[in-house]
Amino acid sequence: MRSWRLPAVALLVLVVAGVAAFATGPYPISPPALLASVLARLRGADPVLLPAAEAVIWQVRGPRVLAGLLVGAALGAAGAAYQSMFRNPLVSPDILGVSAGCGLGASVAILLGLPMVLVSLSAFGTGLVAVALVVLIARRVGDQDPVLVLVLAGVAVGALLGAGISLVKLLADPSVQLPSITFWLLGGLHGVRPDDLAAAAPAVLLGITALLLVRWRIDLLTLPDDEAASLGVAVGRLRTGVVVAATLMTAAAVAISGVIGWVGLVVPHVARLLVGPTFSRLLPMAILLGATFVVIADTCARSIAPIELPLSVLTAVVGAPFFLWLLGRSRGG
Amino acid sequence: MKPHLSAVGAGRRRLLHRVAVGAAAIGPARGVLAAPAVAADAAATPALRRFGPAPGRVERVFVAGPPAAVLVTMLAPERLLGWPMALPDTARALLPAAVRSLPVIGRLAGRGSTVKLESLLAMSPDLILDVGTVDPHYESGARRVAEATGLPVVLVDGGLARAPGRLRAVGHLLGAAGRGERLAVEAERLLDATRAARTMAKAAAGPRLYLARGPDGLETATAGAINAEALELAGGRNVAETGRAGIARVSLEQLLAWSPDGIVAQDAVLLERIMADPAWRALEAVRQRRLLVAPALPFGWIDGPPSENRLIGVHWLASRIGAGLADGGAGGAGGDAVVAAARRFYDMFYGVDPGADMINRWLRGGR
Repeated sequence: MRSWRLPAVALLVLVVAGVAAFATGPYPISPPALLASVLARLRGADPVLLPAAEAVIWQVRGPRVLAGLLVGAALGAAGAAYQSMFRNPLVSPDILGVSAGCGLGASVAILLGLPMVLVSLSAFGTGLVAVALVVLIARRVGDQDPVLVLVLAGVAVGALLGAGISLVKLLADPSVQLPSITFWLLGGLHGVRPDDLAAAAPAVLLGITALLLVRWRIDLLTLPDDEAASLGVAVGRLRTGVVVAATLMTAAAVAISGVIGWVGLVVPHVARLLVGPTFSRLLPMAILLGATFVVIADTCARSIAPIELPLSVLTAVVGAPFFLWLLGRSRGG
Repeated sequence: MKPHLSAVGAGRRRLLHRVAVGAAAIGPARGVLAAPAVAADAAATPALRRFGPAPGRVERVFVAGPPAAVLVTMLAPERLLGWPMALPDTARALLPAAVRSLPVIGRLAGRGSTVKLESLLAMSPDLILDVGTVDPHYESGARRVAEATGLPVVLVDGGLARAPGRLRAVGHLLGAAGRGERLAVEAERLLDATRAARTMAKAAAGPRLYLARGPDGLETATAGAINAEALELAGGRNVAETGRAGIARVSLEQLLAWSPDGIVAQDAVLLERIMADPAWRALEAVRQRRLLVAPALPFGWIDGPPSENRLIGVHWLASRIGAGLADGGAGGAGGDAVVAAARRFYDMFYGVDPGADMINRWLRGGR
């Protein structure tokens, strides 16, 4: 009974945050008008508001709130899976170089002057390739301590890709392309359109479903490999599966949102403080908290000033003090 | 645990700093992002700072960034040592023969420099010229370069309204005072022609414009930024009035809330994407096709780089504003006059004639 109470509260908070986000924004739409438009759409009737207001609701704000949910859920879930699997609380979803790969793909696409769709695709593809490279290198290096080798390979490949990003920035036209690259790397959901959402959602949902299916076994990965193997877990295969699932959804999230730091690192910790380290309980909590966190941060990003504030800045500014407070409370009490 | 994101981290730190000082837009990095500009009187003398020894006879000029490269190309092309940025062949074809095939030799921009000081010294320039923001930060950077190289470094304010004064001052510096004076007079003529439009804009009667940049058009330069000052000088009002000049990202929702009278871009492909997008079509300006695409050859007419080339851009934009932003392309009201003005400008400033057909094609969004 008790074990359901916290996730239920978290779900309620998420729903409230989502509705509040949907009702907030620089384009003035009253709640009754919003409701009328939603009801008309549900009944399949003609639009009831001005074209601009309808576009705000269905093309801009709605997809953006959903993208916030999706990105937050993906980063929260991937972070929780990685922290359990790597037995390391400082690991975030980009430990294997997926964000650096995405960043390089996007930067090169912007340098080449490609449209936004191809920027996102290039980011997604390069992110996947980066992690595949890390996994292959780690395999070749040997299996004395596979987890450590994997992390080190990730750090090294990530550094290489980071150098690539710097090089692209240097080559970019300073007055036109460089700001675009900088903004992309800072992260944000302002550019998200229904098409982006439709493209990213399957990848994220697939990754989350895969993690949910193996949630019981991931706990065993926190044991030393031989012990886990003696309990009947195909350690190598399971680990690769987790990496594939986490990479798929992180790459999809980063491809539509740019690099958003902090969520994947800190949300799993908050979830762990609330429900404990058991992965089958940790994962749903991390998904709910991640989604809530990003939706709230993004609502701030688009409402505080007429211009967009980068999401990475807000997630850190909002998240870090909250996390420190929670940490002090749980350790002190 | 994100060692690979050091480049991002640096950007983030810079941004955090700017947020901390009450800013929301990303501010200037030499030759990189926007710089606040003062729309002063056209006759105003630009701030000019000299570091290191006094320049003697200047035969070889190293330019720190794109705006300085454009200025030297206009005033004394044979003195330019090389380009700070890559140029497409289509742009090179429209430049004076002396600079057409010069190599790219890199830029000087503090930490963002791509030229090594040693290579710079090996080129033995008589002068290092930088055009852009003049403030203590860039002054200290110029002073450092002067101390390290022992070469004269000159830093000139890059505001567009001060183009005439800048053409005179730098023309004098380069030993091309006569040409500087001729170009300055033409610059004054082009700027004067837009004065009436500016007066209207001051009375809040000018159209509200949005400058669309970036791969999705949701990047803009806010009011007062050097990248958007052409809009204001041409008599438009920038919808992105955030109280802080710079380049920033905005959401489409914010853009719908602003509902600008017209949209200006310097990228024809971007405008095509905007017109094909259902959400953008919710904007009155898009439905009414009040979309203006600025030519970008050999340099941008509105922005990128923020140079003297914008003089013709301001003239063009003012005439389009005068015609009510109608989607006339080159055939619209005042179209022929704009083409004639552009040919005169290219002849005077670059010594080339793109021809009426090519200018008409640019104005219709062609390449």
